[in-house]
Amino acid sequence: MVNTKVNLCGLELDNPVIPASGTFGFGYEFAELYDINCLGSFSFKGTTLESRFGNPTPRIAECTSGMINSVGLQNPGVYDVIANELPKLKKVFDKKVIANIGGFSVEEYVKCSELLDKEDQVGILEINISCPNVHAGGTNFGTSPEGAKEVIKAVKAVTTKPVIAKLTPNVTDITEIALACEEAGADGLSLINTLFGMRIDLKTKKPVIANKMGGFSGPAIFPVALRAVYQVYDKVKIPVVGIGGVSSAKDVIEMMLAGACAVQVGAANLVNPYACRDIINELPAVMEQYKITDLKEIIGGAH
Amino acid sequence: MKQGIYKVLSNEKLTETVYKMVIEGDTSDLTKPGQFINFTVEGCYLRRPISVCDWDESTITVIYKVVGEGTEKMKAWKEGYECDVLVGLGNGFDVSLSGNEPLLIGGGVGVPPMYGLCKRLIAEGKKVKVILGFNTKDEIFYEEEFKALGAETTVTTVDGSHGVKGFVTDAMKDMSYSYFYTCGPMPMFKAIEKTAVGSGEYSFEERMGCGFGACMGCSCKTKYGNKRICKDGPVLKREEIIW
Repeated sequence: MVNTKVNLCGLELDNPVIPASGTFGFGYEFAELYDINCLGSFSFKGTTLESRFGNPTPRIAECTSGMINSVGLQNPGVYDVIANELPKLKKVFDKKVIANIGGFSVEEYVKCSELLDKEDQVGILEINISCPNVHAGGTNFGTSPEGAKEVIKAVKAVTTKPVIAKLTPNVTDITEIALACEEAGADGLSLINTLFGMRIDLKTKKPVIANKMGGFSGPAIFPVALRAVYQVYDKVKIPVVGIGGVSSAKDVIEMMLAGACAVQVGAANLVNPYACRDIINELPAVMEQYKITDLKEIIGGAH
Repeated sequence: MKQGIYKVLSNEKLTETVYKMVIEGDTSDLTKPGQFINFTVEGCYLRRPISVCDWDESTITVIYKVVGEGTEKMKAWKEGYECDVLVGLGNGFDVSLSGNEPLLIGGGVGVPPMYGLCKRLIAEGKKVKVILGFNTKDEIFYEEEFKALGAETTVTTVDGSHGVKGFVTDAMKDMSYSYFYTCGPMPMFKAIEKTAVGSGEYSFEERMGCGFGACMGCSCKTKYGNKRICKDGPVLKREEIIW
């Protein structure tokens, strides 16, 4: 018998597998396919104060071993999420969820956090200071230590729930931002958000995506994510959630060896809707194969 | 929606760029004409969404145009090849609204879903009129198949090399019909929107990430709020579309 349980900022998870925000909606498309209670937790669709349509289409481009998206934080807004999405989600998911929060100003992050703080279903607030697809705000906060600190400090002041800062890899030194968040009181970090990328259509000779550029994700970015997790784990004392191209149980273990205490699965859900379930199912056998009896014990093992 | 491994029964060339493939497997999640299925193609990260032309208890027929890397690979699939497919995606055409004399308009690679729709409407005893639009006679496919179903079928070609010379709207302007259903390219849709009388449904196309409503990659605005082409569509009703 192997132990897949991990602890994320005080939240006991049956396993470290968490669908990443924006790739799992509010869960019910997937709940039609399998019992999503097998998940460790899940990070719901990035929520902002007001409802947003997002960017013009096309929003999707394919890449070698990955994809680019430019959705632009489409969501119904926090009030609708609380009134409609969370009650629907409760019917298909018993565990605590991670509320992913986006914003365009410190005030907006704070207001959203205050509102979601009151929801019992929400176990952790994940503050997205790294969306590459919105021009004002979003990633602007995540690309400077001062900006990151300001948002995290302000959010921490209005919630008793653990706060995780989701970081962008599109910076010179991700550890600087990580340290700034830790100093501001973040209880954890999740990384990485997508890499800024683009594709050009040879037939039209124009960018594939209407917004020209977008966020690159998928297995192609796994080594970049792994490197970032490894570097950040070395510098901070707070828990790190590894995100970026994870598609198998082996990837989960590799991410944890780099320093992740839990792992988010993103793009893989879109090409195989059973990806998270499959990873969770194969995890015990892969642990045995590599002589791992307790997942918690391998966190940061590669250092 | 179901995911499964489907076996290729046939994969044949209909025109220079259009292929017809029949696959075998569970079809229980196909409930309406106009739905689509999503193929995994080896070496391509994202799945390839293709509209369903027709289906029965154990087979699905798709007709696809070779337009890029994914469909280039698909055309080489031989009989017996096993492919991973998500089946039963999207919200198809509503046959209950057709009235007695529905008009079906397919343009180019928008023709295939019209076939499954036509078959079901004829089975219900409707008097179906069909307009199939192509650029030139070498691109025409399925004219005889629609006629064999018993539909009053008109083919238009832009260059006049077969059937009525011009666009589908040249053929439809003098027709009377109870309701219309259409699938095809956006310029054709815009022309139909100007010409069509009464209610109808349009089947849209958009670049998709997942094909089942999770990623918000294919959203559009409608008069009834934001919709996902893959999940709430691809078929939208005329009255809700914002052009």
